[in-house]
Amino acid sequence: MTDKVLMKGNEAFAEAAIRGGCRYYFGYPITPQNEIPEYMSRELPKYGGSFLQAESELGAINMAYGASASGGRVFITSSSPGIALMQEGMSFLSSAEVPLVVVNVSRGGPGIGGIQPGQADYIQATRGGGNGDYKVPVFAPSSLQEAVDLIYEAMELADIWRNPIMIYTDGILGQMMEPVVLPEPRPVTEYSELKQKKPWALSGYGDDDSKRRVVKSLRMDPNELEMHVEALFEKYGRAEKELVRVETAGLEDAEIVFVAFGTVARITKEAIELLGESGVKAGLIRPVSLWPFPYDAFDALTDKTKVVISTELSMGQLVQDVQIGVGKRFPIRLITRTGGIIPTSREIVERALGILSDISV
Amino acid sequence: MQAVFTYTKGMVRTDTSYCPGCTHGIAHRLIMETLDEMGKLGDTIGVAPIGCSVQAHKFMNIDMCESAHGRAPAVATGIRRVHPDKTVFTYQGDGDLASIGTGEIIHAAARGEKFCTFFINNGIYGMTGGQMAPTTLIGQKTTTTQAGRTKEQAGSPLRVCELICAIEGAVYVERVALNTPASINKAKNAIKRAFEIQDRKLGFALVEILSTCPTDWGLAPEDAMKWLGENMIPYYPLGVFKEP
Amino acid sequence: MGTYRMFFAGSGGQGVILMGQMVTHAAMLEDRSSTFFPSYGPEMRGGTASCTVIVSDKEVSCPIINEADILVAMNLPSLLKFQPTLKPGGVILLNTSRIDQKPSREDITAIDVPVNDMAAQLGNARVANMIMLGAFVRATGVVAEESIKEVIAATIGAKRADLLDINLKAFDMWKQTA
Repeated sequence: MTDKVLMKGNEAFAEAAIRGGCRYYFGYPITPQNEIPEYMSRELPKYGGSFLQAESELGAINMAYGASASGGRVFITSSSPGIALMQEGMSFLSSAEVPLVVVNVSRGGPGIGGIQPGQADYIQATRGGGNGDYKVPVFAPSSLQEAVDLIYEAMELADIWRNPIMIYTDGILGQMMEPVVLPEPRPVTEYSELKQKKPWALSGYGDDDSKRRVVKSLRMDPNELEMHVEALFEKYGRAEKELVRVETAGLEDAEIVFVAFGTVARITKEAIELLGESGVKAGLIRPVSLWPFPYDAFDALTDKTKVVISTELSMGQLVQDVQIGVGKRFPIRLITRTGGIIPTSREIVERALGILSDISV
Repeated sequence: MQAVFTYTKGMVRTDTSYCPGCTHGIAHRLIMETLDEMGKLGDTIGVAPIGCSVQAHKFMNIDMCESAHGRAPAVATGIRRVHPDKTVFTYQGDGDLASIGTGEIIHAAARGEKFCTFFINNGIYGMTGGQMAPTTLIGQKTTTTQAGRTKEQAGSPLRVCELICAIEGAVYVERVALNTPASINKAKNAIKRAFEIQDRKLGFALVEILSTCPTDWGLAPEDAMKWLGENMIPYYPLGVFKEP
Repeated sequence: MGTYRMFFAGSGGQGVILMGQMVTHAAMLEDRSSTFFPSYGPEMRGGTASCTVIVSDKEVSCPIINEADILVAMNLPSLLKFQPTLKPGGVILLNTSRIDQKPSREDITAIDVPVNDMAAQLGNARVANMIMLGAFVRATGVVAEESIKEVIAATIGAKRADLLDINLKAFDMWKQTA
């Protein structure tokens, strides 16, 4: 079936996870992602899966850890304050190399903040928001179709890389509806194949205790811990080569190059069209992977570019990666909104033109 | 010659890392010996806590994982969803279960999770060096209650069995102690019963095991056993609080 | 046909979200691009409710709008809040059963639809939004009548087949005059 269906973002995320093989979901209510646990509570049992409303986000991610460490395919979701609570688990799972797909339907902060869209968990998401040295691949879709495709793929990638993977969305994507084509359901690892496909997973060793498995993150011996972290970073090094995703447009003759991700990139695309209508050429770098960040995309900038503008729903988080990508080659400026306010394309145009005239003086 | 006592297959053949006189070794052995006798070693998944027993997986010869502080019941909940027919248990100390993990243990019990929890109560934080635990007795000296715990400053010690048995999903709750050979035998019976209740999928089972920490209590092992009997048992009465 | 940018607004319970979803859905059946973005907040009943709907023949890049071509206002606060966002030459569909003011804008076309009074004539207060939806489709032509009827049949027919007739009747009630 490749027919389009009209779905609300949150429900499409849930359905994509199920089709990607998710059979275990542990969640805790938080706006603006509540349709996901509601959908899972209704749909997962139909596939023989388990839905559980946890006592907290701490409970949810640790249940997810237990289920995934036992070989189950697990998907969890929350929104910014809940994702903050889950960082204990993100660090633990990364160290223990346990797969997991996590969606952040993010909202404005800090603190309880608000329930309107935000992107201010960027640094937390891309630098490893918990304790210690670790990395989590983070993908930021800008449409429901892309979200569906990324979640579906991430269910597989998490197993392949034995690592948590985050899908960074926001309240707009979670709440909006647009037509999507849902992927074909992926066959689920049968219980009988578990030992072969996930030899590290806990299932009871049966008759042969030489096959005993331990999933852990504690390493009391500093040398052992250092070797473990170095091995993790060898894996992250491969991820930096293999998991970079980016969309670019109009870089070859752009005076202004915008950098934006998620729904903000969609608004920026419209701003770029409006700028074009008034004779200003603008291009876009849209990181799809936030970590690993597509730094190389900035190599395509030409000397026609006068300024690079990071457009974000945070007070200068994405721009930190823009600075690494641009170096000292071009001036860098920011267009930000926060508090849950989404800029209109016209607002972006006006601010960009203001920046352009300041730069040109 | 007939062997009257043998090493259980449930324990890995290695020295434990516990202090001399610590009762973790006894508790480990009772659980593993029980699983061995029940023929369950190959079908069991255990969850270790944070605390001295974080590395219980080095000694317990079963599939096992570590868990973050207090989260063992949540982790076991996840494991149980994937493996509804295996035997699953958490092994948790008093700081782990009764302080940082109160949310997880209460709700695992409330859901009537079909796993067992073995709760080691020695009234002190061992691994971190002898700080006050939620179960530290009034008057008991620790590194954070150096003049002895007072009710005014730190409140009263938590009685976990009494708390858990008020929850409908908890079907078997018993408190045992490891201070005498007779009480150790009783403890083993309680452990066996908890696993049997899990086998029958009746609900959540918790066995609280009063234990010693000679090092952090500042007592010789034998004196620690005596102290347990004279001070802990009067506040933490032994017995079955709830049974199916 | 280009791109239509629209607000549907009213109070919670007036069915504005459903109207927006149905238009979005109908556009999909016509193989056009469409997006729906609701306001969301802590109010469950009686608060304000609105949604942004875009229907276009090309891919909709941005689900948020600067200016609207069409506003469907089901109550007075919605009219006051959203009329400044209308393009010159835009269209407002006014629920005159709940709005006793004229739009302050003179560069737009206002269409009066007293949906609650009309629903009372039908004897079912809950189909007021279907009356408005019919008026919206016939007055603006954003989507074809057949495709939105297919959506109504699929949405309402699936849940409450017994209510399908009254909803379709309500949908057909408003006729373009003059």
